[in-house]
Amino acid sequence: MEQLVKTKDLVLSKKDFESDQMVKWCPGCGDHAILRSVENVFPELGIPKEDFVVVSGIGCSSRFPYYMNTYGMHGIHGRAAPLATGIKLTNPKLSVWMITGDGDSLAIGGNHFIHLARRNPDINVLLFNNKIYGLTKGQFSPTTPKGSKTKSSPQGTFEVPFNPGELVIGARGKFFARVVDTNPKMMTEVFLEAAKYRGASIIEILANCVIFNNKIHSLVTSRETKEDNQLFLRAGQPMIFGKEKNRGLVLKGTGLEIVTIGENGITEKDILVHNPYEVDPGIHIMLCEMKAPDFPVALGVIRSVEAETFEAAVWNSIDYEKDTSPLKKVDDLLRSGNTWRISKSNNNGKK
Amino acid sequence: MASKKDRVVDLETAVIRFAGDSGDGMQLTGNLFSDSTAFAGNDFATFPDYPAEIRAPQGTVSGVSGFQIHFGGIDIHTSGDLADVLIAMNPASLKANMTWITNEAIIIVDTDAFIEKNLTKAGYETNPLKDGSLTGHLVVEAPVTTLTREAVKELHIDNKSAQKSKNMFALGMVFYMFNRNYKKTFKFFEQKFKANPLVVEANKKVLTAGYHFAHTIEAFANTFRIEPAPLDSGLYRNVTGNLATAWGFLAASERSGRNLFLGSYPITPASEILQELSRHKQFSAIAFQAEDEIAGIVSTIGASFAGALPITSTSGPGLSLKSEAIGLAVMMELPIVIVDVQRGGPSTGLPTKSEQSDLMQALFGRNGEAPVIVMAAQSSADCFYSAYEAAKLSLEHMTPVILLTDGSLANGSEVFKIPKVKALPGIKPPIVKANDPDYQPYRRDPEKLSRFWAIPGTEGLRHRIGGLEKQDITGNVSHDPHNHQKMTDLRKEKVKRVANYIPELEVIGKEEEELLIVGWGGTYGVMLTAVQDMRKEGKSIGLAHFKHIMPLPKNTKEAISKYKKILVCELNSGQFVSYLRMTFPDIEYLQYNKIQGLPFMVKELKELFNTYLN
Repeated sequence: MEQLVKTKDLVLSKKDFESDQMVKWCPGCGDHAILRSVENVFPELGIPKEDFVVVSGIGCSSRFPYYMNTYGMHGIHGRAAPLATGIKLTNPKLSVWMITGDGDSLAIGGNHFIHLARRNPDINVLLFNNKIYGLTKGQFSPTTPKGSKTKSSPQGTFEVPFNPGELVIGARGKFFARVVDTNPKMMTEVFLEAAKYRGASIIEILANCVIFNNKIHSLVTSRETKEDNQLFLRAGQPMIFGKEKNRGLVLKGTGLEIVTIGENGITEKDILVHNPYEVDPGIHIMLCEMKAPDFPVALGVIRSVEAETFEAAVWNSIDYEKDTSPLKKVDDLLRSGNTWRISKSNNNGKK
Repeated sequence: MASKKDRVVDLETAVIRFAGDSGDGMQLTGNLFSDSTAFAGNDFATFPDYPAEIRAPQGTVSGVSGFQIHFGGIDIHTSGDLADVLIAMNPASLKANMTWITNEAIIIVDTDAFIEKNLTKAGYETNPLKDGSLTGHLVVEAPVTTLTREAVKELHIDNKSAQKSKNMFALGMVFYMFNRNYKKTFKFFEQKFKANPLVVEANKKVLTAGYHFAHTIEAFANTFRIEPAPLDSGLYRNVTGNLATAWGFLAASERSGRNLFLGSYPITPASEILQELSRHKQFSAIAFQAEDEIAGIVSTIGASFAGALPITSTSGPGLSLKSEAIGLAVMMELPIVIVDVQRGGPSTGLPTKSEQSDLMQALFGRNGEAPVIVMAAQSSADCFYSAYEAAKLSLEHMTPVILLTDGSLANGSEVFKIPKVKALPGIKPPIVKANDPDYQPYRRDPEKLSRFWAIPGTEGLRHRIGGLEKQDITGNVSHDPHNHQKMTDLRKEKVKRVANYIPELEVIGKEEEELLIVGWGGTYGVMLTAVQDMRKEGKSIGLAHFKHIMPLPKNTKEAISKYKKILVCELNSGQFVSYLRMTFPDIEYLQYNKIQGLPFMVKELKELFNTYLN
């Protein structure tokens, strides 16, 4: 199977990926920062610019392909995942980026989303989670917290929301990360990790909708509270957070607990060390589940487990069949099995 | 004086129906008879009649599995109206098939199966072999089960295994009736049961025993002979419509140089297309079994963008689910072929029965004005050529094509003269070369009006497409009212101009005929047979049968307008006739419609046509 073509001496810049189209997101929308981060990451990957394909469904986030100077496709609502899968299967050489939102991938496209996770094609998924329907002007989404009053839930929603990380891992996803739209450095670092990962890398971006759901993530993103409510995870590093960098996570019984380093004899050595490569999803799911303000929100690459990609499995099979099948041309197929010849002689001279 | 068993009667055609319990191996029996029919040089067509359930209760009418073959010394275009010979392996299969045989049909029964328990299961109050209800038929009573056991006695195989070959006893009897060389079938046993020589031996013995039994009992007044059909010389095989469809696409993939991508979700009666294409990775064909109908087509649209020969296959309910995505392909002006193997509807409807009721949906079933090419295959073997042409038109005109087949074509089989792939017309997709300075996403071919295919990975052609309305030439998002008008007109005109690239309509019969019969798609064989028969009888009747529906052949109006009466026959409530009335409103049309999940019969049509000819 062909691998992604990486050209070491390829020199590209952000400019190579900026499109000439006017960006029409609302001023102050988190999507602007995400776009800039992606434009920063693409030139770093050593991939020729014509090998990128940016695919989306429908929603505010899904306008993204129009704003990138790559091959791009703006699909229909919920269906970015099968679009991306078809592209990747057809040409595994392409670097495929799928842009989607909480409505697009967790409501109307929920079915495709879970199947993408389990099949594990090498596709990078940026899931913009603003916990609201923006483009249709303010109805609740499958990630809107229970009880939220929105245009379509004047009494508050009655539904339990999805937790995207839990859903991805539950669907046997192998890579899940979470970032905030207010931290370009974090986005760049994690997008690069995702691009390097061979398989479906799904990144939840906590994105702010200034118009319909402003400050929905403010506990995690605002200057005053973020340090106490964010835990940025790195492989091999202890799970430490807080303004004083003195709080950490330990396993107690079957769950996680917050402890303070220096209290009750706790030292840094007692703190859990992050292992995104662990096949067992137990701790990864617990990390996904953590909610502010009781727990910090886990950010960074939470899970990154190696597995065969979908397209590799398919193309390995194609290579094998090409080598071993006696049918080399379609003519061979048409003539295989039971055939018979009619000649003038068994025709009694007719026709 | 020659004994009566030496008398041979020549027939032009015959219809045989093998029927038994779904575990009795009737499909295999039918297929082996088809093979011997091929060796005999006859033309033939077959149709399987499966129960809707996978394993209905044994011995019941709903568990009956049938296989019909129509063969002859002339061109055969249908699997036959009513059977001349019925093989009934149990009471239920006799009961289920009495309405599908002629009044004079020969009936071969396994008398061992006509016991109280089985009669009750089949819903018989009295034994039909004894109560006179089969009067008029020649009933050949054979204790098939006993004689099968007897035939394999010396092989010492267990009773259950012995029973499995009783279908071969029946086949042996039919081989005798039609003067077939039963030994040719031995080769099949030797290949099929290679690993089990005992089974090979058992089947040979039982088949031989059946043949000799039929010869010995003198139950038949004579045997039958059918001369070879006047087929062109060449290499032939038997194909079902679904197989032919899959192969047509593989041929198109090879000729266009585009790897085939099928995105599909299993659905009766289209699943065999998915199954067949999943077997051919050696041609770099990818068959992606998607999580649902929508993902089936949408993954295919992704593959189309990425440069594959894009195919999706489905049946009516699936076509409904794919509607929005077809609109996306229309907007993005990408190739894709959507195969709809029509079945009885609406909703789940009659999944195993056939209908022509998706025509309007294919033509118009999308939001907005979303014209696509619509074609309909005319026979099981024609599915190969229709699939090939659908792929060619879609790739060369950069537009979706809906190819309608149906359950009868899909499961039915007929003799197929094997073509050479390189003798098929070439396929040249409008692929843009790297760094073409003139490339613009919605710049068009001046003749076809199709845009060009700029495939991701090609240097210098990066562009964005999508479901939002696009500005002419540049392909940027545009909400401009005049641009929308222009693009709507262009999409329509592009499909209309496909008429310049398809064959003209060929009408059988001259313009002075009194009655012109009009049909489309899968009814071709039956309608052709009925019209040809009547023309031979000197009737003033012609036939115009359509394969290209959107656009219609350029000469359509001229070709059909001069007849005194036009009768449009379809297996729906009048969809094509409505389309004709809309398209050519100054012509008058009569219509005949049937919507019972059943095909037309030749006899039915001839009787009908005669009523219009007096």
